[in-house]
Amino acid sequence: MNAASDSLQPDGGWNPSKGVVGMACLIIAESAIFTIFVVAYLFYLGKSQNGPTPQQVLELPILNSICLLSSSVTITFAVRSLRNGDTKRFNAWWLATIALGTYFLLGTGREWQHLIRDKGLTIQTNLFGTTFYSLVGLHASHVVVGLLALLMVMAFGVVGAVKKEHAERAHVLSLYWHFVDVVWVVVFTVVYIIGR
Amino acid sequence: MSAIAKTDEISGSTALDPTTAQNKNVFDHIHSWLVTVDHKKLGLMYIMYGLFFFVVAGIEAALIRIQLAVPNNHFLPPQIFNQLFTMHGTTMVFLVGMPLIFGFANYLVPLMIGARDLAFPRLNAFGFWLSVLGGLLLYFSFIGGEGMTGAGSAPDVGWFAYAPLTAKAFSKGHSTDYWILGVLIGGFGSVATAVNVISTILCMRCRGMTLTKMPLLVWLNLIMCGMVLLAVTPLTAAQIMLLLDRFVGSHFFDTQAGGSATLWMHFFWIFGHPEVYILVIPAFAIASEIIPVFSRKAIFGYPAMVGATIAIAFVSMSVWAHHMFTIGMTSAGNTFFVVSTMTVGIPTGIKIFNWLGTMWGGKLRFETPMLFSIAFVFHLLIMGLTGIMLSAAPFNWQLNASYFVVAHFHYVLVGAIVFMIFAGTYYWFPKATGRLLSDRLGKWHFWLFLIGFHMTFDTMHLPGVLGMPRRIYTYEAGRGWGTLNLICTLGAAVQGVAVLVFVCNILGSIRKGQRAGADPWDAWTLEWSTSSPPPEYNFAEIPIVRSRRPLWDIKHPTDPDWKYE
Amino acid sequence: MPQSQQRTGFSKSRRVMSRLAAGLVLRSILILTPVSIFAREKVDLTLVPSIFAPESVPAHSITHLAGFVLAVTGAIFLIVGGLLVYAVVRFRRRKDDDGTEPAQIYGSGPVESAWTIVPILIVVVLALATARVVHEIQDARQPAGALEVQVIGHQWWWEVRYPKLGIVTANELHVPVSHGGVSRPTFLDLRSADVVHSFWVPRLAGKTDLIPNKINSMWIEPERTGLFLGQCAKYCGTQHAKMLLRVYVDTPEDFDRWAKEQAQNAEKDSTASAGRLVFEQTACINCHAIKGTVANGRFGPDLTHLMSRDTLASCVLSNSPQNLRAWIKAPEQFKPGVLMPAMNLTDADLDHVVSYLATLK
Repeated sequence: MNAASDSLQPDGGWNPSKGVVGMACLIIAESAIFTIFVVAYLFYLGKSQNGPTPQQVLELPILNSICLLSSSVTITFAVRSLRNGDTKRFNAWWLATIALGTYFLLGTGREWQHLIRDKGLTIQTNLFGTTFYSLVGLHASHVVVGLLALLMVMAFGVVGAVKKEHAERAHVLSLYWHFVDVVWVVVFTVVYIIGR
Repeated sequence: MSAIAKTDEISGSTALDPTTAQNKNVFDHIHSWLVTVDHKKLGLMYIMYGLFFFVVAGIEAALIRIQLAVPNNHFLPPQIFNQLFTMHGTTMVFLVGMPLIFGFANYLVPLMIGARDLAFPRLNAFGFWLSVLGGLLLYFSFIGGEGMTGAGSAPDVGWFAYAPLTAKAFSKGHSTDYWILGVLIGGFGSVATAVNVISTILCMRCRGMTLTKMPLLVWLNLIMCGMVLLAVTPLTAAQIMLLLDRFVGSHFFDTQAGGSATLWMHFFWIFGHPEVYILVIPAFAIASEIIPVFSRKAIFGYPAMVGATIAIAFVSMSVWAHHMFTIGMTSAGNTFFVVSTMTVGIPTGIKIFNWLGTMWGGKLRFETPMLFSIAFVFHLLIMGLTGIMLSAAPFNWQLNASYFVVAHFHYVLVGAIVFMIFAGTYYWFPKATGRLLSDRLGKWHFWLFLIGFHMTFDTMHLPGVLGMPRRIYTYEAGRGWGTLNLICTLGAAVQGVAVLVFVCNILGSIRKGQRAGADPWDAWTLEWSTSSPPPEYNFAEIPIVRSRRPLWDIKHPTDPDWKYE
Repeated sequence: MPQSQQRTGFSKSRRVMSRLAAGLVLRSILILTPVSIFAREKVDLTLVPSIFAPESVPAHSITHLAGFVLAVTGAIFLIVGGLLVYAVVRFRRRKDDDGTEPAQIYGSGPVESAWTIVPILIVVVLALATARVVHEIQDARQPAGALEVQVIGHQWWWEVRYPKLGIVTANELHVPVSHGGVSRPTFLDLRSADVVHSFWVPRLAGKTDLIPNKINSMWIEPERTGLFLGQCAKYCGTQHAKMLLRVYVDTPEDFDRWAKEQAQNAEKDSTASAGRLVFEQTACINCHAIKGTVANGRFGPDLTHLMSRDTLASCVLSNSPQNLRAWIKAPEQFKPGVLMPAMNLTDADLDHVVSYLATLK
């Protein structure tokens, strides 16, 4: 628990941690942003005036998705290890999470390279290009931010500065990472299943 | 028994506060404000920032009114006029309204819940400075903007920036980009502060203060911040899309490539309508603190006040397209928004009745905060009724985008929100500075502003009814609009004088105002148990409360609130 | 304890000064106001575009609904406002108050239920009344033989087409009147060539927007012949304020005559051949069209029957040779920011062009 909060419990017993509430608020706000991009994507489905359609160019990024979703599992194990005081296992699972997240990003990059170079689809090409790159790109940017945060913690972990009492903070960060994964499930469904 | 010390016994700050113990020169003093993470200092900085831009945007409004005072006027060319109304609206909403409400929330929420600061003090400072950056960026456009006219110019696309007028094809240069970025960055600051306030309220209440025992100001700010999370972010998303359109050639709102102009409208108003509730709910909050104290009665119907505000928050997210009745939605679509908009008037009405019920049977004192609050209730009533008129879609087809709408929303923004900002300032200035504002000057301020407000905004309904659209830099003679516009302009001048009186009151009272004790108004919430101004740590000992009015319990030990709640 | 002390640390002279200044301002305003009212502009009451002077079927429907809404809201205002005033007067603290607190009342189930249920009922009634009018106006079926007009919004003028009659004109519409039991509505198709505009002629109908990439429709059924004023009602750029509109409601005979004249090609007047040459050889034809000549530009208004219009420059200038000359010479003097450039013609060429345009009846 954050020592800075001097407060005693109000009667009633419910006393959430500031970190969890703060992160929940951030997640709610970010969900609203993503919702608008998803709405734009769905609104413009089938309305492009020219150019490649989703059916023509999109391939299911199965391996990518498995990696990203697995990273949610690994980060959960990491946090659990830390709660038990097992910093070695924590470092291992945390590293695995970063590796899986990085693979996802590289996969996305590869997909985009293929789309731009071989299929001629850019953000300027048509409405599909506009909404596809912006939605997937928005998600990817959130993965990047998440990875940066994870890397910072990794750096602390490697020098041994991460201890059992930091488990709550790691948990809060993991909530962000889970959010990124849930968003991917939505994006995957909207773009690669409904949209195609 | 409550552990709060008696109101008179809270000691002054200087002995225990190390920061004031040393001799400070001017630079140290300024430095302490620049690096502070203290919610009280940040709250005051938000408020000063908001009041500064209030004067700036007021000057913009004065220029607009001078240009419109007579038909076919040549005081301002259209390019400048269009920039002025864009900047006036954008400034008032994003650089005045939002900072002021966050300033009051910042200052008051921890004091009212018995906490020492917000949940994330550094995030608080970060949010504030982001807001400042946004404002500076927006105003830099006057120098660096380069719009269609070539010379440096501010954005001129209206505060709502309709597509495709904002596309690169129709808004050349960078003036629109300054609008987007200034507001976008400020938006991040708003979301950050909302996260902070919610976390504070949910996690840091003092012992005994369950959710049902929080002051109404705290409840309403909680609800407002929840709305910020859900309503400001759609605008952020839409602005990112617009930036992509303008800079990398995407087609979100590019009608030439199949993009949709109405999609921007939907996204903007999904933000824009809840935004006006975000701005007005803190005004409700301040009224809900002042009216009981100056009526000498508890608020009438606390649970209904909370419930009604929650209802407003939810329903207000479903009314947005009443700003779009004229865009050609189907009759079914229009009817849906008619119903939802009329529905949101019900909880608002309930609140008016509750304030009325609070005053009923009380012993009303008419110091300045109460004068502004009574006028507020009256204006809210009128605003609600013109809102009902606007919600009747066919009536809206005539009134939309006319001066009737301008009158209606200024009734809210000025008649409700600005009036309550004034009220809150008179009420809490003694707490923040240890000195009272002059009540005599306050009354001058009130009456002048009231007269000017009604001169301008009552009259302004009429040109709208006579067919005068918004956002026009001039108008023909012979339509019957000239005299009415002149009256509106004169009223603006009166309001300007009133604001001058207000500014003089503040500047004079900071040094020479009558000293206030901890509790000059004989009020009942926790902030009045600290010294004036409070020490940096707020409370020597975190209080424990048993009712919604902890100080009432202390002052009336034989008849405490917790027996009746 | 409540503070009653009025005097603060202000010096007496400062207080006197500020009171004098405020008094001066107030006095000047109070004097100016009646003066301005009496020095009023000349107002033709048949032209004032008041929404409460409806002269067309949909405008009447709106005004009836408005009357009902005003009655309901007016009643609410009187009742609630009255209670407020009463409370403020009746429950003010008296001078001889003993300082005790009044009875603390935290709420009342019956009262709060009542003032929740009554507003709900009012909303139900208003919503039903409104829904009926929405449907009545928006879902009105277009009768066979109704006049069809296409309006296309441009920055900052109105392109007006009658596709079935072969007419293209600008800024001034003509429609037939419906009276004597005969209904002759006009159905308008609204589009935009650039940004969002809005078509608003208050006495004839509520406004409807012109949105690029979207076709909106509205209808009018005017009941009196005459001129009706309107203007663009959605901010569309620099000259939004002067994108004015005129609707001329004619008798059926007058309308038929007007339509026949408008459908013809431009008059060929040999005396104006010099001007016609200048027109066709400078950049005029890039933007303007004159039916029956090589001029085929669509960016600006059609000029085929320019002299049949009362006004120029989207109803901002009256149609006279002097105004026409001045407009062509320097459009931005009348409408700063206008998209028509100054043509930089010599005075002689300018005179020729104006003479030529004067033949386009």
